[in-house]
Amino acid sequence: MEILIPVLVLGAMGLVFGSGLALASKIFEVKQDERIPQVRNELPGANCGGCGYPGCDALAEAIVNGEAEVNTCPVGGAPVAAKIGEIMGLEVEETEPQVAHIMCHGTHDVAPVRAEYYGLNDCRDAFNANGGTKSCRYGCLGYGSCVASCPFDAIHMGEDGIPIVDEEKCTACATCVATCPKDVIQIVPKNQNIFVSCSNTEPAKYVKPTCTVGCIGCRMCTRVCPTNSITVTDNLASINYDTCINCGLCVEKCPANAITGDKIEGNLEEYMKEHPDFDPNGKPAPRRRKEAAA
Amino acid sequence: MTNVLLILVSGIFVQNFIFSRFLGICPFLGVSKSIPTAVGMGVAVTFVMAMASAITYVVQYAILTPLHLEYLQTIAFILVIATLVQLVEMIIKKVSPTLYNALGVYLPLITTNCAVLGAALLNIQNGYNFIESVAFGVAGALGFTLAIILFAGVRDKLRISAIPEAMQGFPIALVTAGLMSIAFLGFSGMLNV
Repeated sequence: MEILIPVLVLGAMGLVFGSGLALASKIFEVKQDERIPQVRNELPGANCGGCGYPGCDALAEAIVNGEAEVNTCPVGGAPVAAKIGEIMGLEVEETEPQVAHIMCHGTHDVAPVRAEYYGLNDCRDAFNANGGTKSCRYGCLGYGSCVASCPFDAIHMGEDGIPIVDEEKCTACATCVATCPKDVIQIVPKNQNIFVSCSNTEPAKYVKPTCTVGCIGCRMCTRVCPTNSITVTDNLASINYDTCINCGLCVEKCPANAITGDKIEGNLEEYMKEHPDFDPNGKPAPRRRKEAAA
Repeated sequence: MTNVLLILVSGIFVQNFIFSRFLGICPFLGVSKSIPTAVGMGVAVTFVMAMASAITYVVQYAILTPLHLEYLQTIAFILVIATLVQLVEMIIKKVSPTLYNALGVYLPLITTNCAVLGAALLNIQNGYNFIESVAFGVAGALGFTLAIILFAGVRDKLRISAIPEAMQGFPIALVTAGLMSIAFLGFSGMLNV
């Protein structure tokens, strides 16, 4: 009895309050678009915020209200967008899968440190201590804040102090992009292989002492690129991923080894078939003075 | 009647839940970013606390004491409070979706707002009768509302002030809360209830 009575009392109270609430929920019912829970069910539920909304619930509501596109969720990608499109009765354009990429390959052996750092093993803390210890002020600090921030376990710290993105797991949610105090992570198309793995915008004479693989802004790549996909702004080369054919010529020619990646075999040959007058071994086109001056 | 009046004044100023009992700090810091939201939170908490004080009084003296189940006080009171919060949530969602969005997670968190449970437990501890209990609940909630609105006003001003970078956001808010608490200490000892 000593156990039964309290259980019964609490049970009865729960029942009374519960039925009261059930009644109240009928009285105060808010008509919700039935597509919101449907869309919400299709979303991955990671609540990563990669879409720019506070979570999957908010995104579902925004999609149904027409404030967001059905393919806004970067994590779910095309399959989720297709399902949501079905619910919303819309045709969906295929989105190209994307991944994060670290725009720095200044590993321990090529980019020296300029000071000792004793503190929390966290990039943002190290960054607060006078910008971190790497001599290059633009490079990856290597304390792995992005590794810790990744909700999908898709970034791991390499042995040489630069994180490695697991392209299979990466969903391009951009949490790491927001975390990185140095802004060296970018979201790039998944089928892109060649990158300017450097973020240093300083002239060569300041880049060279701090990192032996930093982009010195020499424009060699812009001249060798068959599709004119590379531009140099602020002493830093950048590739237009829409037109790049991943031929790898810039990787071979880059005197600073700042451009990295594996070329896709055959793409250059295909290009040369279409453009017979292009000679990959020929003299680079003369530097255009106007562009150089600008 | 004098007694009820004393409880009201004491609850709002002298023994303010936020500034002298330090109960209910979570929503105090969380929902005090703008005055309208703070008012909404204050009203929600006032409703919950007044109702909770009344219902827990009945639960205590009609159910728990006769059956010698005083040890179930905490869980039974929390049950009452949780139900009330659910009710408030439904009402606010229906009446003002804007306020519902603004309060966000802090609305269901009224359940764990220790000021509400504190009021219910203190009613029993102080041996108040029914009227006094409700008065205590209302007074506590009004004190909470006063505190959160004042604080929201200060934070409104803080947002446009030049604050050292390291102090921006929560640090300066906590310092402000401490100073306001010290100010409210001025009321202490004025009433003995």
